[in-house]
Amino acid sequence: MNWMEGWWAYVFIAVGGWLATDIWRWLGVIAGNRLREDSEALNWVRAVATALVAAVIAKLILYPTGVLAQSPLWLRMAAVILGAFGFFLGRQKPAAGIATAIAVLAAGLWWLGF
Amino acid sequence: MEDAEDERSSLAWFVTGARGIFSLPAVILMLSFVGFCALTVQAGIPPEQVIFMTGAVWALPAKVILVSSILGGASLATAFLAVTLSSVRLMPMVAALVPELRGPRTPTWLLLVLSHFIAITAWVFAMERVHDVPRNHRATFFAGFGITLVVANMILVGVVYHLVAEFPPLVAGCLFFLTPVYFLASIWHSARHPVIYVALAAGLVAGPLCYWLAPEFDILLAGVGGGTVAWFGERLWRRRREAKT
Repeated sequence: MNWMEGWWAYVFIAVGGWLATDIWRWLGVIAGNRLREDSEALNWVRAVATALVAAVIAKLILYPTGVLAQSPLWLRMAAVILGAFGFFLGRQKPAAGIATAIAVLAAGLWWLGF
Repeated sequence: MEDAEDERSSLAWFVTGARGIFSLPAVILMLSFVGFCALTVQAGIPPEQVIFMTGAVWALPAKVILVSSILGGASLATAFLAVTLSSVRLMPMVAALVPELRGPRTPTWLLLVLSHFIAITAWVFAMERVHDVPRNHRATFFAGFGITLVVANMILVGVVYHLVAEFPPLVAGCLFFLTPVYFLASIWHSARHPVIYVALAAGLVAGPLCYWLAPEFDILLAGVGGGTVAWFGERLWRRRREAKT
């Protein structure tokens, strides 16, 4: 039996995804009316929130799923590091960093015979 | 007469926001969604559910975690906890944007509805451009952008679902890699506070470290631990600098 069959899948997505994210958006609206922009509490929340997403990013790069799971770690690291060079040389334009990283990855994958 | 005038300009601002679909952040997000679509195909999630997920959850990192939970056979409670913990960042993002979006007559219910369309891309876009919009049209402008972006990606996901399975591995790999690289670049680019840079670095180091120590709670540990260290370090540095001057 597939867990994703029927209405249960939609309940799973609605509760595990929709409600789980919109709770924070609603609290954000309420807090936005109260939390002072320069408060130390907001600073801490910002730091924790950013570190959470950074941890997700690190996992996506180090332990990817699908096709990239078969690619060597050194290639993914090289793509990110050279992408960072591209980003800073390109006046911190996201497009510069993203294009460099993807170009390095594509060249590496092609060279490895993907 | 004045109301009619106001109506027309509201529509104009909605369209101006909707036109943001052709901006670079929107295009990169759509490419990331193609990559995400490939992930859902590999996970065996049917297309209707992927479309529903796109509209309902919207935030891409939350969806990636939801799909990972599904792949790992997690229970609803575990998936809910993982997604909730990883989505804490939405709260300060929304809280920072609300004072910018709100006009003197904007009702709270409208902000609650509009908050659903806030994720990294829409947030970066709004924080950058909302200053050029007259205050009483800002909510309309954001609604135009946010709703268009969500609907466009729901359609996109439905259209590409059957195509991504036939993508050559090289293309699928590059599309998947867009997501982490795009998040890295856009978080750094849109950071308005020094603590963001420190926290980003701390999270990148703490993530794998916590995965190695306690794989079940890695994201939470890395977020709270790494974030607190980053906040404390940055505060210490800030205080010391303030004491010197």
